[in-house]
This record gives sequence, structure tokens and C-alpha cells, in this order.
Amino acid sequence: MDKTDDEMRNPSFKSGAATVDDVVIRAAVAEDVSDIADLDARSTGQLKRDYWQGLFDHISGHPATGRAFFVAESRGRLIGFICGEIRAFEFGSEPSGWVFALEVESSARVHSVGTRLFDFLADGFRRAGVNKVRTMLDRRNELVLAFFRGQGMMTGPFIQLEKDLE
Amino acid sequence: MKLQKATLCGLYAVTELAAHVDRQISAAEIAAKYDISLNHLAKVLRTLVRANVIESVRGVGGGYRFCGNAKRVTLYDLVMLFEEIGPSAQDAPPTDFAEGRALGKVLREIDEIALASLRATSIAALVKVIQKETAADPSAAKASHKLGANA
Repeated sequence: MDKTDDEMRNPSFKSGAATVDDVVIRAAVAEDVSDIADLDARSTGQLKRDYWQGLFDHISGHPATGRAFFVAESRGRLIGFICGEIRAFEFGSEPSGWVFALEVESSARVHSVGTRLFDFLADGFRRAGVNKVRTMLDRRNELVLAFFRGQGMMTGPFIQLEKDLE
Repeated sequence: MKLQKATLCGLYAVTELAAHVDRQISAAEIAAKYDISLNHLAKVLRTLVRANVIESVRGVGGGYRFCGNAKRVTLYDLVMLFEEIGPSAQDAPPTDFAEGRALGKVLREIDEIALASLRATSIAALVKVIQKETAADPSAAKASHKLGANA
């Protein structure tokens, strides 16, 4: 049988197998951390289990308003995640929601999985009373920059500065 | 960042067509809306057709329509059809003394940020911003855009 356009674009969404309709967004649980670290490693080439465990503990261990870690799952397989929290008065900023990390399995992209994850997190921020969402990323990361701009985000008033410590 | 008049014409034409993918729009309509000379716009539209961003539709009710992928075509792609942007070796301060090198470093930083924004902004994202602007001030959308005043 010939492959459909969807299968050509996206081998993980084959007819008869998982489809975009099967994608469920839910709160991350401890058992997801390993899959989250693996998904991140496939994208960045760096396995950082301790980092993801620490971030998960930080967010889920203190269920304060405005902290959230969501995953996207398709037929039992983790295909994406997003996490963030509301931070207040750092760098003189009024309370705003921060997206710390967002990742979608490369084969599941262009199916609005990232948009759904982003919307889940943004809705939580909105319900918690903030009206601004921020993130920060490498300006050479054009793919993810374009994604966030596609969500209506634009360059904000803060400029990140750095120097080499000799 | 200052863009040339032809670039602005091209960006106006593409966003107008991408915002109305369901219909063809004539060059005269676009020229009237943005107060652009029809001759000037015709040259710009030819460049966009050659780049496969838009296509011309002949016959009754003909005109132009957007045929690119609005989520993939970026402002950078379009600007580069009309003018060179980014760090220019010619315009850079001389590097044979420290002051020139330091100044060049800061100017490159500014250029890199501008280029990153252009590369990451798709036509679809720009159309969303336009729709938001229009919703915030519907009367502004009806006014003729004086391109000459901005260029």
C-alpha cells in the first residue's frame, strides 16, 4: 500500500498506528523523567538525567500555583513535553510565566503537538493570574524561535548579557 | 533597521495575499491599499512570482495569490529577494586598531539579533501580528498606508 502524505511527513503517525488524534496532554509523573531525558538527548545529543530529575522535583515537589510540567503522549509513548513556572520580580520583572523547556519528537512535529503543550501551560499561567509568558533561547535556534513566534511571542524588553570569566 | 521601498512593497503584497489565501487580489487593489505606484509594484510582484512565493492567475477575476508555505517562508527570505542585509565587510569599522575591532563587535551583535528576528518570523506569524493590530484598532486597517512616508 502506498504511504499517505501524513506517513511520508511523519512516520510516527502511520495509518492504523498512532494519529494526531491519539495525542493526550497530561501532567508529568515521576515515571516520565527517563523518557523526558531520552527525548531531550535525542534532540540535543546530551543525556542529562540529573538535570531533568532535578527540574521535575522542583516543579512537582512544590505544587505551588503556576508550576507545571506536562507531557504529550501518543498510545503510551512520550512524544513531547513542556515545563515552566511563574517567577516574580527577578530582574525587576512583574510576575510572569516562564517556559523553561519545550521538546517534541522530531517525527511528531508539524501536528500541533507543541502548540497544544504551549496552550496547556499558558492556560495554567492565565488561571494563576499572570498575563505574560516569557522564554529564552539561543538566537541561532531558528526552528524553536520560529515556533514561539508562531505562538504570537515577540522579543521582550529584557536583554540577556554575559561575559567570559577569565 | 531601515528597509528599502521595494522590500516594503514586497512585504505588504505578500502579507496581503497570505492573509487572503482564498482569493486572488489584483495588483491595482494592493497598490491602492498601500498607496504604491502600480509600475513599481508590478516589478516587485514579478520578483515574488519568480521566487515562487506568489503566482499570477489570469482571466476574469484574475490577480495574484500566495502559493508559498506561510509557516516556512520567513521575513529574511523575502527581504533577501530585494536587498542584501546583514554584516557588510565594506561598512565594518577598520580592524587594524582595537577601537575599530571593539566597535565592529558591538555592531555585529546588533546585526545578529536583527537577522535572528527576521529568520525566525514566518509570514504566518506576521499575519497573526497584523490581525492582532487590526483587532486592536480596526480603523487603522481601513486607512490607506502611505508607504512613502515610512520608506
